[in-house]
Amino acid sequence: MENNRMTLTFKSLSENESFARGVISCFALKLNPSLSELSDIKTAVSEAVTNCIVHGYSDKIGIITIDSEIEDNVLHINISDDGVGIEDVEKATQPFFTTKPDDERSGMGFTIMKSFMDDVVVKSEKGSGTKIYMKKIIKTDKN
Amino acid sequence: MNIKFKNQLETLTLYVYGELDEYSSSNVKNIMDKVILSNTNCKKVVFDLSGVTFMDSTGIGLLIGRYKIVKKFNIPVYISGTTLATEKVLQLAGIFSIMPKL
Repeated sequence: MENNRMTLTFKSLSENESFARGVISCFALKLNPSLSELSDIKTAVSEAVTNCIVHGYSDKIGIITIDSEIEDNVLHINISDDGVGIEDVEKATQPFFTTKPDDERSGMGFTIMKSFMDDVVVKSEKGSGTKIYMKKIIKTDKN
Repeated sequence: MNIKFKNQLETLTLYVYGELDEYSSSNVKNIMDKVILSNTNCKKVVFDLSGVTFMDSTGIGLLIGRYKIVKKFNIPVYISGTTLATEKVLQLAGIFSIMPKL
């Protein structure tokens, strides 16, 4: 069967966080995910998009792109921005690491993405944006 | 999202409703703080999350921030009404070790 694919671009406004996770859950519905799997996908996408808005484009409004593909029972998601980038990806993805503790940021974003998805790859360099790839395998045997 | 509260039998319960993300949490942070600071005569604070339909790590930050304020008054904090939408995120962050489930 032909893989299904969609691309979504939107402005880095906080109100688009719920829009983005709404779109990805609609797209993922074709895979007949469980409520728990759908919740995992929504939460991971929300974390990635929030990172783009709060960190990538902290001092300006930019464009965020979500590119997603369905391949058999696997959902591939690419989320990218052209923001400030991450200087040290290894450090940034550690649990409880945050550059904004005064804003009550928990530093749990990447930990949630890694725990809720089957694969997470972060590609970033200071000054040249961030690309996050995530994969979720939808279990076909719901028992 | 929305907040309702009641202070009954020395327990202050804050009921949280709706989606808890970065966009929505900034609106309710100050409301929650005002409620907490005007009810410091209570013996226990409970965050009732049964009405939360979505929560990401912003919710963890929000709860820990409010926990720190309540703790200044030596009042214990609890969480109740966790669902599929909140349980896994809270568990992962180890929240229940400082705010046990009721």
